Amino acid sequence: MKAVILGAGPAGVTAAETIRAHNPKARITLVGDEPHPPYGRMAIPYLLSGRIDEAGTHLRADPDHYRNLGITLKTGRALGLDAKARTLALEKGELAYDALLIATGAKPVKPKIKGLNLPGVHHCWTLADARAIAALARKGEPVVLMGAGFIGTIILEALALRGVSLTVVEQADRMVPRMMDAKAGALLKRWCQAQGVKVLTGTSIAGVEKGPKGLAVTLSTGKTIPAALLVVAAGVAPNIGFLKGSGVKAKQGLLVDAHLETSLPGIFAAGDVAQGLDFTTGALAVNAIQPGAVAQGRLAGLNMAGERVADRGQLAMNVLDTLGLVSASFGAWDGVDGGWRSAALDRDNFRYTRLEFLGDRLVGANLVGIGPHVGMVRGLIETGTRLGAWAKTLKRDPNRLPEAYVATLAGRRD
Amino acid sequence: MQRSLMIEPVKCTGCKQCEMACSMTHEGVFNPARSRIRVFEFHAEARFVPYTCTQCAQAWCQQACPVEAISVDAATGAKVVKEARCVGCKVCTIACPFGTVNYVRATGKVAKCDLCGGDPACAKACPTQAITYVDSDWTGLERMRAWAAKATATA
Repeated sequence: MKAVILGAGPAGVTAAETIRAHNPKARITLVGDEPHPPYGRMAIPYLLSGRIDEAGTHLRADPDHYRNLGITLKTGRALGLDAKARTLALEKGELAYDALLIATGAKPVKPKIKGLNLPGVHHCWTLADARAIAALARKGEPVVLMGAGFIGTIILEALALRGVSLTVVEQADRMVPRMMDAKAGALLKRWCQAQGVKVLTGTSIAGVEKGPKGLAVTLSTGKTIPAALLVVAAGVAPNIGFLKGSGVKAKQGLLVDAHLETSLPGIFAAGDVAQGLDFTTGALAVNAIQPGAVAQGRLAGLNMAGERVADRGQLAMNVLDTLGLVSASFGAWDGVDGGWRSAALDRDNFRYTRLEFLGDRLVGANLVGIGPHVGMVRGLIETGTRLGAWAKTLKRDPNRLPEAYVATLAGRRD
Repeated sequence: MQRSLMIEPVKCTGCKQCEMACSMTHEGVFNPARSRIRVFEFHAEARFVPYTCTQCAQAWCQQACPVEAISVDAATGAKVVKEARCVGCKVCTIACPFGTVNYVRATGKVAKCDLCGGDPACAKACPTQAITYVDSDWTGLERMRAWAAKATATA
């Protein structure tokens, strides 16, 4: 069996390992398009803040890991595929496959704003980006960050820890608008400002020109601010351009069934490029989160190896640390039709707990200033545990969730 | 033979010696807040439930880690955090559906039960044998049944 995996991120690496675990004879080729051992983009902010070196970003620590598993690493970029002939065209040569996994992830979106091609404007996506940012983000230098979504906000912390003079510009009315509600977003903003970061919400960048510090960034308010570096974190889009005309069906991402197979037999997709089953809605969605990418990579690998294992759907969830304030969101954090909520806000202590229920089951949560046992939220949502009388307790005090979990679920785990 | 922690809440008196022993062993301080095992108290029912990682086979934490900072201790089967590799991203803390991996602000890294390398301090410290370290065979299906029976009995 020839298995080709296109994309060497968490989904691709996990799939390759899973195929090997189930098929000792498979010929497995893992293709990445960057000149480094497979690494995790999740780790880049920690590289920037100086906590780790580049080796610390590697998905697998042992340099011989892939060779030991008989997985061939290849560097190259895909140009297209011939689904009938089962070949993948690369810039140099082609690869024949029996089963193909597309795990090409996403790429950062560059909004159509004047000046974003100037030197000193960077995304924060690849190790090469990280090197460029590290060279410009020096202590005391003015830096502008476009976008305070989930990725932008993770980068925010790394930049702030480098000691730059940071201004964050977010066009929505709050930080992390697709992960957190208005109360949570307001807490994050106030916290970041208290740590010395300027946060401008409801503001966009109108244009960028050369300036005395390198760049001059003009805001939608008309004000122009200097910058030695502008980091663009304005969203990402699945890497599917090379599949044009291939016959693989796509909407936002590549549409996959419960077995992570695309519209073409033998071609699978996983991770940020895939539009797969969402646990909360039952619809197909691009969730683009690390645990989901790994879970899909594992499931894709199992199915490619001939095990028929279905995805129950990935739960959207995120965890964020903004300069010491830890927050998280899970599932239907904005509620569901016919559901109810329990929320507790402690503005002074930057604590917020919002739980969303349907009947006596937990379906989503927004948490700011979180305490221990946060994973229990996932456990309760994914098991659909009926909380019974504990639902009433949580209605009075949502912060008692860990007790509710232990009382209702811990007895039946394993 | 691999062994596991067996927890029998009916035997727990809520003394929290396990929390003290855990925090002393791992952090060098007597601080229950730093313990990797926690005793949940249900005072209305006079029930105490010690709670920690079961070293589950799915190893959600290990799978979710983007930098391979969690690995399996071959001797004990425990999923162990390698502090030197952990970047503190916290993805494992939301991925673990049991909520037994926690972020520790003091270290900037996550912490979880590592079975103390095969000699768990909590079990040694427990004066009533509510926490014991026993053959895994026994703790598998039998433990589940025992749990279910107890949950029914004390509900």
